[in-house]
Amino acid sequence: MELVKPGIGLLFWMTITFSIVLWLLSKFAWKPILQSIREREDSINNALNAADEARKQMDALKSDNEKLLAEARKERDKLLKEAVEMKESIIAQAKKSADEESRRIISNANDAIEKAKLNAMNELKTQIAEISVDMAEKILRKKLDDRNQQEAFVNENLKSITLN
Amino acid sequence: MPRNKIKIISILISSFLLLLPVAHAGTNVDHASLENHPENTYDSSTHHAGASSAAHDQDNHKHVDQTEEKVDAGKLIMEHIADAYDWHIATIGHKHISIPLPVIIKDHNGLHTFLSSKFNHGHNIVDGYKLEHGKLIAVNSDGVPNEHADFLDLSITKNVAAMLIAVIVLLWIMFSVAGHYKHNNHRAPKGFHNLIETLIIFIRDEVAKPSIGAKYEKFMPFLLTIFFFIFINNLFGLIPFFPGGANVTGNIAVTLVLATFTFIITSINGNKSYWGHIFAPPGVPKALWILLVPIEIIGMLNKPIVLMIRLFANITAGHIIILGFFSLIFIFGAVNQSLGLGVSVLSVAFTTFMSFLELLVAFLQAYVFTLLSSLYFGSAVEEHNHNDHH
Repeated sequence: MELVKPGIGLLFWMTITFSIVLWLLSKFAWKPILQSIREREDSINNALNAADEARKQMDALKSDNEKLLAEARKERDKLLKEAVEMKESIIAQAKKSADEESRRIISNANDAIEKAKLNAMNELKTQIAEISVDMAEKILRKKLDDRNQQEAFVNENLKSITLN
Repeated sequence: MPRNKIKIISILISSFLLLLPVAHAGTNVDHASLENHPENTYDSSTHHAGASSAAHDQDNHKHVDQTEEKVDAGKLIMEHIADAYDWHIATIGHKHISIPLPVIIKDHNGLHTFLSSKFNHGHNIVDGYKLEHGKLIAVNSDGVPNEHADFLDLSITKNVAAMLIAVIVLLWIMFSVAGHYKHNNHRAPKGFHNLIETLIIFIRDEVAKPSIGAKYEKFMPFLLTIFFFIFINNLFGLIPFFPGGANVTGNIAVTLVLATFTFIITSINGNKSYWGHIFAPPGVPKALWILLVPIEIIGMLNKPIVLMIRLFANITAGHIIILGFFSLIFIFGAVNQSLGLGVSVLSVAFTTFMSFLELLVAFLQAYVFTLLSSLYFGSAVEEHNHNDHH
């Protein structure tokens, strides 16, 4: 059958054409195209890897930051707590010292009052004694003009005074 | 990229327009000859006497008309899918519009080159050769065919011309794509350029890498070339008019050359284990080699033959089916004109469907040819240590 009998002419031209096409395309088309595709794929891969790396670093940085933040927060809480404690202790101390001070002042005042009272009493006593002595002198001067009466009086007084 | 598409279309149209005057020149001669010579010239004496007898001529004309009325679908289809010495574009009335192609014949007298229009569609004898039923034959000086003539027919036939056009388009596309890479290095491709790159990467990643393995890079240029060569020729074959319409990849000579290339590359790259498998099958008693080696050799030769026949048969079958649907219009039209019109609707619908299918086949056959070639290359370069397996 004609259809399955290869024509010599077509075989000849096909072989020549195809060889030339193969050579031309290999040299001027496939080589640069495949090379460009490979280079582009490499560059894309590199870019993706770099992006991954960057993301990892970012994540590490972020976790570092969070750690730092948490530490700072803890530190702040600690400081606050200490400050509160200090405040409370200062207040307590102040209260205590104020108490002591007031107590001391009161006791001092009491002492002073006692002393003043004692002094006043002593003075009063002295004055009363002087006045009494004066009065007694006057009385005595009037009454003890006579000898008998003098003696009776001394005796009476002697009886009342007990030696202690 | 639409700019590129417009470029392709404009090139096709302009080349078509450029060739029209040539076709027309051929037509004029043809027309004149048809007036003088009836169709069946060879064995009838009218070839010499036709012009002198008007009545006889008239008779023959009627005869021609009658034979043309009866549609011989088989002949018509065969004429369309077979190679030809001119590129037939259309027949209007008795005018054949066709592009003459160069005929190149080498014989003991040297090289004969002339345009196929000189044959006058089989009416003239040129340098001792003539066309009979579209076939070039040598004739003696008295016009009797000389079957023992020794000559080499290297004519640029329709298939060669169609292939050259497809090849020029292919080279133009690929060079423009390659040029694009030089300018836009490492940038993503766009439009048409992207389509080509997708196909290239498809061949590399889906065909070459899995079937060949690590050594795939060496075979990439050949695989890409056969893929795009077959694909573009398949597509051009689907265009129903010039510059398409030729049955290039459905011609056994073309597929034979392609398969031979695959076979030669496989053989050149065949490593020790590949040849060892054929000529000294491992793990088989030596006595059985007598039986196995011929089988292995047949198997080795079988691969490219299968490649050749698959592509040829698929593409030819597609052309035959489409032409068959169109022939139906004329077969029914010859019976009854309105019946022909009715059938034409169906035929066009079927042909449209078939054309879509053929578009798929155009890609698929290019893919299958490339895939099988790469599988053969893979088997040629595969390293296997049989001591591990047996």
